Amino acid sequence: MITLQPLRWGKPYESMEIKDVVHFDTGEPIAKFGSVGGGIVARDMKQAHKARAALLKHSTDELIAMSKKAAELFETAELPVGDSMQSVDQFVHQQSASTGLPEHMCRSNLKKNSFVLSHIDEILDCLTRGLDLNILSKGFGEEGRGVIVSYQAQTPVLGAILPNNSPGVHTLWLPAIPLQIGLALKPGSQEPWTPYRMVSAFIQAGVPAEAFGLYPGGHDAGGAIMTKTPRSMIFGSAETVAQHAGNPRVQAHGPGWSKILIGDDVVDDWELYLDVMVESVLSNSGRSCINCSGIWASRHTREIAAAIAKRIGPVDVLPPIDDNAQLAAFTVPAMATGTHAMVQQDLSESGVTDMTAEYGDKLIEREHCAYLRPMVVHADSPDRGVAMKEYMFPFVSVVECPQAEMLRRIGPTLVGTVLTRDPELVAAAGACVDIDRVNFGPIPTNRLNWLQPHEGNIIDFLFRSRAYQVADLPVAANA
Amino acid sequence: MSAAQSSIPEDVAKSASDARDRLNEHTLKIVHWHFSEDTGSPFWLEKKSELGFDPLKDVKSFDDLKKFPHFEDEWLRGGPIQRWVPKGHAGKPVYVFETGGTTGIPKSRMVIEDHWKDYELFSDTLPDEHFPRGSNWLMLGPSGPRRLRLAVEHLAQHRGGICFCIDLDPRWVVKLIKKGWMEHLEEYKKHCIDQAVTVLTAGHDIKCMFATPKLLESLGEALEDRGTSLQEVGIKGIFSGGTEFTPQWTRFCVEELLGGPVEEGGVYMTPTYGNTLMGLACSKPIKAADGYKISYYAPQPRAVTEVVSFDDYNQVVGFGETGRVKLYTLTDEFFVPGFMERDEGEREAPFDMYPWDGVSGVRPFHELASATTVGVY
Repeated sequence: MITLQPLRWGKPYESMEIKDVVHFDTGEPIAKFGSVGGGIVARDMKQAHKARAALLKHSTDELIAMSKKAAELFETAELPVGDSMQSVDQFVHQQSASTGLPEHMCRSNLKKNSFVLSHIDEILDCLTRGLDLNILSKGFGEEGRGVIVSYQAQTPVLGAILPNNSPGVHTLWLPAIPLQIGLALKPGSQEPWTPYRMVSAFIQAGVPAEAFGLYPGGHDAGGAIMTKTPRSMIFGSAETVAQHAGNPRVQAHGPGWSKILIGDDVVDDWELYLDVMVESVLSNSGRSCINCSGIWASRHTREIAAAIAKRIGPVDVLPPIDDNAQLAAFTVPAMATGTHAMVQQDLSESGVTDMTAEYGDKLIEREHCAYLRPMVVHADSPDRGVAMKEYMFPFVSVVECPQAEMLRRIGPTLVGTVLTRDPELVAAAGACVDIDRVNFGPIPTNRLNWLQPHEGNIIDFLFRSRAYQVADLPVAANA
Repeated sequence: MSAAQSSIPEDVAKSASDARDRLNEHTLKIVHWHFSEDTGSPFWLEKKSELGFDPLKDVKSFDDLKKFPHFEDEWLRGGPIQRWVPKGHAGKPVYVFETGGTTGIPKSRMVIEDHWKDYELFSDTLPDEHFPRGSNWLMLGPSGPRRLRLAVEHLAQHRGGICFCIDLDPRWVVKLIKKGWMEHLEEYKKHCIDQAVTVLTAGHDIKCMFATPKLLESLGEALEDRGTSLQEVGIKGIFSGGTEFTPQWTRFCVEELLGGPVEEGGVYMTPTYGNTLMGLACSKPIKAADGYKISYYAPQPRAVTEVVSFDDYNQVVGFGETGRVKLYTLTDEFFVPGFMERDEGEREAPFDMYPWDGVSGVRPFHELASATTVGVY
C-alpha cells in the first residue's frame, strides 16, 4: 500500500501521525497519509528563500522545458510517489478512491493539468502580455520601447491550501515553477494525489527538489502556510473567501456561481443551446466552480428547465470504473445528507419548483458514501434564494428575470456565458464587473481557454510592477 | 490476567498493590469527609438523599465509587459556588477557578489550597538538574479565572524562585477563531510572545518555564527570529500542557526547537495533562526510543484516571486498549466520583515511578471531537 509522507523542501519527513484512507465505495484500504503540524511548516518557511534560490539557478527557458517534460511524465509515466512507484492507472484509481470522482473524470482532470503544463510557455506569454520572462528573473529589463521596466517578486514561495473536491484547480499553481517561485502546498486530505504526482514529475524532469514543500495536515498546517508565506492561495467556501477579502497576501478561490445568460433576441431559440446548458451543468459531476449553477432568461424558463431536467434528471449512480458514470460520490456521507437538507429548504420557498421531481429519489445512500442525483430547479424570480445557490453536485437554477435587470441581479459570476446578438447586451455584459471570465456565444462554462488570463492572474499576484532607474556612477578622481 | 498484566515486574506489581491499598483507605476517608453532616459540602449532602445508597456505609473501597452516578459537568455551571465548600473548611479563603476557553457559563470549581498541594507534589517529580531550585520562572499561558497562573507561581515560589507571568485570554482566542479573524489571532499571539521575549531577555535569570504547546512553539520561533533560542536565553527546563500533546509535536519540539535530546544537551521538557478538577498528571519520561510516546499518570490517591470502555463507563479496558478517560478527584476540598473527560486514550500499565494506571495517546473523544475547538492556546 502506498504511503505519502510530507516533503520538506524536497526531503521526505517520516511523520508519526499516519492516517489510513479507504476506498469510498468498497471500504478497501488504499493508502496511508502522514501529516505535520504548523510548527514544522513555520520552521521550514524560514528557509523559503532557498527554494527560490535553487530555481533561479535555472533560466526560465530551462524551467519551461522541464515543465513540459513534467507534463509528459505526469500524464504517461510510472513515477516515484511517496514510498511507491505509481502508474497512471494507479493514480487514477487512487484519486477516484479518495475523492469519489469516477475514474474517467480523474483521467480527464489528469489531461487538463498536463495540458496546462505542456503549454506553459504560451500561457505565461498570455499572462504576462508577452513580457520577456528574463525580466522577471533579473527584476528589471528593457521591454523594447526604450524604457526600463521592473517586476519585483513578492515572495520566494507560493503557498497553497489545496481543495479536496476538484483536481482541475491545480492548474492555478503550476506556473509558479517556471516563474522561479517555490511551492509550499497543503494537499487536500482527500486529494493529495495530484500535488504529489505533479511534484514528482517536476523533480524527475530536473526541477530542483528543494523548491517543493508538501505539508499534509490540519488547519494548523494550513494556517502556518498562510501566515508565513507572503503570497498564498486558498480554496474554500464563500465564508473562506469573505474571510480573506481585501488581504493582498491571500488569493481566495471559492464558489464560482457560473451562469448562462440568454438574451431576449435568442431566447425563443433556446433549444439550440440545450447541449451547451447540459454540459455546463453536468460536466465533472457539477463539482467545479466553472460548472453552471444558474441559467437566466426572461421567458421560456419553465420549458428550458424541463428540457434540461429531461436530459439530466434520469442520470443515476454508476460504479466509478464505468466510463458512463456521470456522478461523483460524497465520500463523507454527511455532506450529501446536509446538502440534500439545504436543497429541501430552498424548495420550500414559494415560486421555486423542482423540475426533476419525477425522476426519482435524489439522495442515494450507500454503505461508505452517498450520492446526490442531478437537480434542476425553476425560480420564478431572481428574488428566490435558490437563484444564488451553488452545490457540489449537478444542480442548476433556471431563473426568470427580465433582461434589463439581469446584469444588475446576477451577482458574482466566475464564468458567464452570454447568448445574444444584441450589441447593447454584449457591451453591458462585457462591462459588467460581476462577471470574471466572459464567453459570448455557445461556449459551455466549463470549457476554459487557457491561453486567456484566468481568475487571479498569478503574475499580478506574485510580482509587482515598479519603477527602476539606473544612472552611471561618476568616475572617482583617484580611479 | 492479560498478557500486559502478567508482564508487569513483580516489584512493580507489589508497589501497585500497596498503592491500591492506600487508594482504598484514602477513598474511605474522603467519602466520609464529604458525606458527614459536620464536614461535607451542601451539594453532596443534598445529593446524598438521591443516591439510593448510603455512602458512609456502602463505600468500602475505591471500586465502590462506581455506585455513584457519573459526575455531570453541568453541576459545575452556575451558582451558588458556596454549595461546593465543605463545612469542614468553612471560613477559609476560597478561590474560584474556571475552565479555559468556555464562552457560555463556565464550569467553576472552588479551591482552597488544592492547587498549591497539586503543584508541590508535581514539584517532587521535577529533576533539580533541569529545574534548578532558586531559579526564576516564566508562566506563559492563560491566567484570569484559570488556576494556572497561581499554581505555576506557587510552584516557582515553592522551589525558591520568582515567577514572571504573561497572560493569554483563551476566551478571546475562541472568539477570534469563531469570527475567522485570523490576522487578529496572529497579532494577539504575537503580542503575548513579544512580552515573553522581553521578560526572557531582560536579565531576570529565568531558567524554568511553563508554556502551552502552541505558545512554546511560537516563543521558540520568535527567539530564533531574533537570532537566539530557548537554550541561549538560559532556559533549562520546561513543563508544558493545557492543550493536546502528540508524539509528533514532542519530536518536533525536541529535534528542532529545544536543541536536541536532553542527554545531548537540549532543554528538558515534560508534558503534563491536567485540569481544574483533577490537578496535574505527570508524564512518564519521554524518549525517542519509545517513539516519543506520552503516558500520563494522575497524582494518586488525590486524583485517579481510568480508561474505560466506550460502551460501559464503569468497565476499565485492558492494558494497551482504547477507551474514554474517566477521572476521580479525591481531596478534602473537592469530591468527583467519576467524571467523563472529553478525551480518549490507551490504558497504560503501572511502572516503578508511578505504580498505578496511566493513560497514553490522549486526544479528543472521537464522538465529541468535531464539536470541540481544540488547542486554542
